Amino acid sequence: MAQATTSLQRRGADLADATYQLHVLHHGHAAENLPSFGEKLRPIGLLPLNPLTPQILQVNVGKMCNQACKHCHVDAGPDRTEIMTRETMQQCLDVLARTEIGTVDLTGGAPEMNPDFRWFVEHISALGRKIIVRCNLTIIVANPKYRDLPQFFATHGVHVMSSLPFYDASHTDRQRGGGVFADSIEALTMLNAVGYGMPDSGLLLDLVYNPLGALLPGPQASLEKEFKKNLWTKNGVSFNSLHCITNMPISRFLEYLIDSGNYGQYMETLVNAFNPVAAQSVMCRNTISVGWDGALYDCDFNQMLELPVATTSRHISAFDLDALNKRSIVIDQHCFGCTAGAGSSCGGQLT
Amino acid sequence: MSSYYDPKDLGKFGQIAEFQPALAEKFFTWYGDVFAEGALSQREKSLIALAVAHAVQCPYCIDAYSTDSLQKGATEEMMMEAVHVAAAIRGGASLVHGVMMMNKVKEVTM
Repeated sequence: MAQATTSLQRRGADLADATYQLHVLHHGHAAENLPSFGEKLRPIGLLPLNPLTPQILQVNVGKMCNQACKHCHVDAGPDRTEIMTRETMQQCLDVLARTEIGTVDLTGGAPEMNPDFRWFVEHISALGRKIIVRCNLTIIVANPKYRDLPQFFATHGVHVMSSLPFYDASHTDRQRGGGVFADSIEALTMLNAVGYGMPDSGLLLDLVYNPLGALLPGPQASLEKEFKKNLWTKNGVSFNSLHCITNMPISRFLEYLIDSGNYGQYMETLVNAFNPVAAQSVMCRNTISVGWDGALYDCDFNQMLELPVATTSRHISAFDLDALNKRSIVIDQHCFGCTAGAGSSCGGQLT
Repeated sequence: MSSYYDPKDLGKFGQIAEFQPALAEKFFTWYGDVFAEGALSQREKSLIALAVAHAVQCPYCIDAYSTDSLQKGATEEMMMEAVHVAAAIRGGASLVHGVMMMNKVKEVTM
């Protein structure tokens, strides 16, 4: 499969460095004319931004991926080797066993490429927690050893959340690489065959949409209708819900924004679309994010910018719920991505 | 006034209320309602707006509805077909008047 790009790290790009990304966010084109995210939170009583009770443990099990999408905020790809060890996974399981956190959201890279992925899912499942897997779809058909993933997911009642930026090949492949749409349709067909996305099966298959460029996502309900109609009539596949996610101005999407000359205008669009209602519900308030090395973050985006949680409990092995509940969430200019328009989270639009 | 069109003016559209607030408020409320999901989808309405923008050749509207059509899930192919619809109607509108011309010619000639 033709990759859409290669990782910033592999190319030795300046933007591979999180500090440089933050520098761009603070001093990039017209940045000085934009209000800070904190300035927008203060008048609505959200500064400092405090967490609510954590309901989701989002675990990034590694940056290795069979794809290298142009917009990836993780800078993931086939050349990335950072991977969570079974020891760190066990520390996550220990935390789950002594807390009420009800959902584990597994992400990557392609989480399935972690050699201990199935072991981890089996043990989370044994603890009776809900599991979400952020599956890129193509991994299912990438190698014969992954073709039984749909059945494995079904056995553990995993909620499958899959990126599919559009219901046609052109938009999808331009963002995610040549052949991705066709492979995604094959994988969706396999998921449907074991009951995923089918009425009354109880097996949830959601799709994640993100815009092809420097645009905000449109209305989720309206796009969901178009996706359902097109995927069913043209490809015979069905799914449950569509989640619209705004592209974050970090990592490879930040590179695209700068290279295409859209950076300043995109940041302005995000700031002008600041929605106080969405700000109330940002996902960092009920999520703890765990990095591949066990470090704790407020969200997956802070993780990629290497902005750790602002408390002494900074590693899964030293997980202290009281300390974490008392922390303030670390914010920066990229946070405008989650509060623009209808809002954006790993669960889609917020309002 | 150094030029007739400035892309920044698009973002100032709401400022038309400065000279006449009551009518502007009515217009923007109605405008919002027009583009809400109805018997036509938001995507269909956006594509109609894009076509009309080309028919009236409004650069602000072309800027706004190119972006809006993409955001509403339209493809480049759909957008260009919408522009062809506008062009076909404009071309057709000229050509159908050819019948008027023919009528006149037949009226005044032997």
